[in-house]
Amino acid sequence: MSRARSIQPSLDVPSRPAWEEEPSLAARLVKGAILAAVVLAVLFPMWSVLVTSLASRITINDAGGMVVIPREIDLSAFATIFSGGQVMRALLVSVFVTVVGTSVSMFVTVLAAYGLSRPTSFGHRPILFYFLLTFLVYPGLVPSYLVVAGLGLKDSLWALIAPSALSVFNLVVVRAFFMSIPADLIDAATIDGAGEWRIMMQIVLPLSKAVLAVVALFYAVGYWNAYFNAVLYIDDNDKWPIQRVLQSYILAGQSPHVTGVPIALPGITAYPPTLAIKMAVVVVTVLPAVLVYPFVQRHFTKGVIVGAVKG
Amino acid sequence: MSSQADTQIAEVAREGPAPLPTPCVAGQRRSLRAQLVRDWPLIAMTAPAALLILVFHYVPTLGNVIAFQDYNPFMGKDAFDAFVHSDWIGFSNFETLFDDSAFWDAVRNTLSITLFQLVFFFPLPIILAILLSEVTSTRLRNFVQSVAYLPHFFSWVLVITFFVQMLGGAGLVAQELRRHGLPTWDVMTNPSTFIVLVTSEAVWKDVGWGTIIFLAALAGIDPSLYEAAAVDGAGRWRRLWHVTLPGIRPVVVLLLILRLGDALSVGFEQYILQREAVGRQAAEVLDTYVYYQAIIPQQWGLGAAAGLFKAAIGLGLILTANKLAHRLGEQGVYSSQ
Repeated sequence: MSRARSIQPSLDVPSRPAWEEEPSLAARLVKGAILAAVVLAVLFPMWSVLVTSLASRITINDAGGMVVIPREIDLSAFATIFSGGQVMRALLVSVFVTVVGTSVSMFVTVLAAYGLSRPTSFGHRPILFYFLLTFLVYPGLVPSYLVVAGLGLKDSLWALIAPSALSVFNLVVVRAFFMSIPADLIDAATIDGAGEWRIMMQIVLPLSKAVLAVVALFYAVGYWNAYFNAVLYIDDNDKWPIQRVLQSYILAGQSPHVTGVPIALPGITAYPPTLAIKMAVVVVTVLPAVLVYPFVQRHFTKGVIVGAVKG
Repeated sequence: MSSQADTQIAEVAREGPAPLPTPCVAGQRRSLRAQLVRDWPLIAMTAPAALLILVFHYVPTLGNVIAFQDYNPFMGKDAFDAFVHSDWIGFSNFETLFDDSAFWDAVRNTLSITLFQLVFFFPLPIILAILLSEVTSTRLRNFVQSVAYLPHFFSWVLVITFFVQMLGGAGLVAQELRRHGLPTWDVMTNPSTFIVLVTSEAVWKDVGWGTIIFLAALAGIDPSLYEAAAVDGAGRWRRLWHVTLPGIRPVVVLLLILRLGDALSVGFEQYILQREAVGRQAAEVLDTYVYYQAIIPQQWGLGAAAGLFKAAIGLGLILTANKLAHRLGEQGVYSSQ
């Protein structure tokens, strides 16, 4: 992994060099305030949502809505959404789409990236061009919709996977990393009689764990967060993913301008969900990203930059 | 999102249209047949990805020709059959489109939002990156970076939910104001401030993520330049002006041009999620126009015409931006490596 690390730009500046003057107190305060504001702007809403999801009805009534200072931990909102019904179903749908989708995407992406990692191979340039051209010419919404619908994928979970299964950007990132692996390693394996599949599985992939982790995270986040595909292709609300359900719980009907049909919320209740339940849905929607994030976060710079380095 | 998209385009800028040098030396080139025998596994490996691209990218791209048709899905037993049997009507869909004032509203909204974000969003990641690079404590900087990147991984539904719960009519701020007897307002449904709202949401989601590329550029500036400037008597601001900004200029210029090349795309889900709350006048952008005027009423030909219009302008802008980027010598862009 040392070569991977050498690609990552060093952001580490040691302590202040001798020639640099100490910043004034005012400058420090201003900088500190800006950075604190950035951190707070992200963490405070998340905190308030979490605390509200764990608050009892009385606490929410006393606060008049969103709660900031926790008084107790009341898990009844989570008990309600996990006891079955729409949210539970939507979570299972989203988990299925994310797990299956990410597996399919990684399989397709890694294979293609490996296939394109040898610039002297047969047909390399036209095939690469075939993929890169997608950045310049793209279909509009209408033909894409007609193709997916024409394939009979409406109301199928595959409509949430297949159209977005390959990101050419991710393909380029993985390919660039594969190309940075020394050719000697691969030549040696070829001389020892290893085929392409074996070289990929036993030499290239083990050396690429970091970049594969980042790309898998990008894919997984994409699948988990996808909202509009479900609006387009999934009419059956038993098959809605979690983002679609969250939208119907919180954003639909928030304003007088709404013209759409009010969305019934089958499963949970006949009465509108309480604030605590709404916030509990937000928490379970945020949670996967927050949980996976720390493990992959340190590789981001590489994941974002490396695709651009080679070329 | 935007930084990732920018990097995508940067990749095309360097690799797409420009022909790569052929590494083969004359005399070493094997026969094509021998190459094919050697390399067929590699080609086979690209097949699943190529198939996906064909079905979900190139087929619909070609399908845009229904912009010149009165496309009716009930004319045949499947989509392709219907395409064969639908009537060709020339440019009539485009005439309908260009006569529709709602379409021009959508174009105007899209361009205003692009321009507004160029002024009020684009500089923020640069400023934040410079601030972060001046933090001497590695732990503090890592903490701030980790927190600031996080919202990039939230869906638009979540981002807007957070804004509704904090700033909406029933949100935390309004609720505290009401408790103290102060007047409240609802920024989430106010069309006249919508452009500020969407920009704030975009900033909240992506300002941290946007710093990555600038931090890399900052790290690539030779520290001895700062030292030399300091020895020559340049203070903090002069060093910022004469060393830091010129050092990251290539990246800034390139990203700026690429953003301009993408001027007709402002994001999609963000607008579709808020269009009902704010109303069409302020929140209709090109992509939502296609959804509401074509997909829902099943005006396929009209929608394809709008899509084709956007794609054609987009392609022109990207190619122009590419040319400009090449002219500005974009090999300096990732000089931090």
